[in-house]
Amino acid sequence: MAEPAESAQPAQAVSAAKRSDRSPWNWLLLIPIVLPLVTSIYNRESPRLWGFPAFYWLQLLFILVGVITTTVVYQMTRKRSGGTRG
Amino acid sequence: MSEHITEIIIFTFLFLLVSVMGFIAARWRAPRDMMHLDEWGLGGRSFGGWITWFLIGGDLYTAYTFVAVPALMFGAGAAGFFAVPYTVIIYPMFFLILIRLWSVSHRHGFVTPADFVRTRFASPTLALLVAITGIMATMPYIALQLVGIEAVLKTMGVTGESALARHAPIIIAFAILAAYTYQSGLRAPALIAFVKDTLIYLVILVAVIYLPYKLGGWGHIFDAADKKFAGTPAPGDGTLLNANNQLQYITLAVGSALALFLYPHSVTGVLASRNRNVIKRNMSALPAYSFLLGLLALLGYAAIASGVKPLPGAKAGSVDSNTVVPLLFDLQFPSWFAGVAFAAIGIGALVPAAIMSIAAANLFTRNIYKEYIRKDATDAQQASVSKIASLVVKLGAVLFIIFLDPQFSIDLQLIGGVIILQTAPSVALGLYTRWLHRGGLIAGWVAGMSLGLWMLYNIPNAATKRAHFGGSAFPLQKFGFDTPKTIYVGFVAVLVNLLVAVIVTFILRATKTSDGVDGTTPDDYFADEGDPRLDKSRTSTDEMASST
Repeated sequence: MAEPAESAQPAQAVSAAKRSDRSPWNWLLLIPIVLPLVTSIYNRESPRLWGFPAFYWLQLLFILVGVITTTVVYQMTRKRSGGTRG
Repeated sequence: MSEHITEIIIFTFLFLLVSVMGFIAARWRAPRDMMHLDEWGLGGRSFGGWITWFLIGGDLYTAYTFVAVPALMFGAGAAGFFAVPYTVIIYPMFFLILIRLWSVSHRHGFVTPADFVRTRFASPTLALLVAITGIMATMPYIALQLVGIEAVLKTMGVTGESALARHAPIIIAFAILAAYTYQSGLRAPALIAFVKDTLIYLVILVAVIYLPYKLGGWGHIFDAADKKFAGTPAPGDGTLLNANNQLQYITLAVGSALALFLYPHSVTGVLASRNRNVIKRNMSALPAYSFLLGLLALLGYAAIASGVKPLPGAKAGSVDSNTVVPLLFDLQFPSWFAGVAFAAIGIGALVPAAIMSIAAANLFTRNIYKEYIRKDATDAQQASVSKIASLVVKLGAVLFIIFLDPQFSIDLQLIGGVIILQTAPSVALGLYTRWLHRGGLIAGWVAGMSLGLWMLYNIPNAATKRAHFGGSAFPLQKFGFDTPKTIYVGFVAVLVNLLVAVIVTFILRATKTSDGVDGTTPDDYFADEGDPRLDKSRTSTDEMASST
């Protein structure tokens, strides 16, 4: 999530406090991106849950992981910028 | 046909209901002046959290997805479940990348991704390539929505002898859709999406509880699927992935996710929202649809367990696997509820079809008409051109379905996903960096397109006995690797695209070729509601300065 070539000109930095969407919390978003790509975690039959093989319920669970991480990142980055803008 | 009469009545009633809503939508949150692309094409850029949730959900999860994904599970098993990782990956990417497109578009009044590319890289040519790619990728996607409706109609026995009679219901449906989209613009699908998604949620929730109850539980459904795949000669199917399709599975998930947010209709949905927070909050709420899609995919297995036999396809001896889910509903649900389910799929086709046609029309208006045909077009003229273009696009989609084998639309949509990915370096990376030279991006686009099309052309499909365009899984053997593994075409093509773009950028930088002036400032990428828009007169003087 690096942001190359986006450094603001110092001349403009004085006006209206330089904005950025950089935040260490953004790294959390890597979890739901990477997790579904590691097939060795979930490409298995057992344990079954309510009759669902692990392959299926684990991937459905990843949806929840995605929801949690985006919610956390949203809340954390919003507080950091202090209410006036988010 | 007579045994389906209850289904047909309910289907028709709900269909007419949303048609009325489509026309009323013009007055919903009515603007002072509809003759502006911001109003007709983006709903006034004013949608809040709920509307955005329904609109984007209704936009991304199309009727075709709802019939094709379970059909894939029915036919191939676990490989079809890629739709779940695909729709997990997409939201964090939206969260980080697409939000910047919203901001910069808000500041500059961009309507399409090509508008952004034009200003960012000062290159009308690159913008034209992005626009044409977008239109080409969207057209077959609209046609596929018709395939979704057709699967439902076929199941209800609404068919005819001649091509025209068989397609009459679709022609009528699309004529109504075209009329209210023309009148109400993006407000029509936004309003109809409420009905569509409520129906879809209702149907799926009932289906995933009621069907296992009737079929002996999920455990039994998975066992039935396992048994079926074990009995087929095809080596690639099964309820788990095998050693050879895992790479394909994940590259397809990543590639599809990248492609989806580059599709013009997703961008249209996002740009229509009111501010950054609406989008960010939606990234946590939209996965509800992914969950729905995951459960729906599993209905493909439920169809196996209940012994569904797909209806025959257009060609003798072939089967139309898209009828699997409609048939399952027809077989297992009481007819009135099957009618509701069919209406959900049918209406589900209208929302994305409307948004896609608006998105394609906007691309034509902004990046072809205004750029090359009539540079001084006023806002009102642009809105009229877009309205007419949306009609043409839908007409084209209907003609596709009537006169060509539906398989052709499916092939084109497959190609569409691969080609839209080739705009990733200019649109998605462009939101972060302007390091790539516009010449490099154009060269990369050409390379990625050529390679992608070549690879797709060379994929045979043993099951359908086709030598070309047999799918998106490219055997690595053809690159000379000694392995039976396959990989998603779009993924390879976009990597090559990027590589070429980087190499050509180095060359152009070394030869000191001008790469124009960036029309955006770093702060534009964080602009939010309430920040001043750049006024039109200033933008147009900038444009004149760079183009002369």
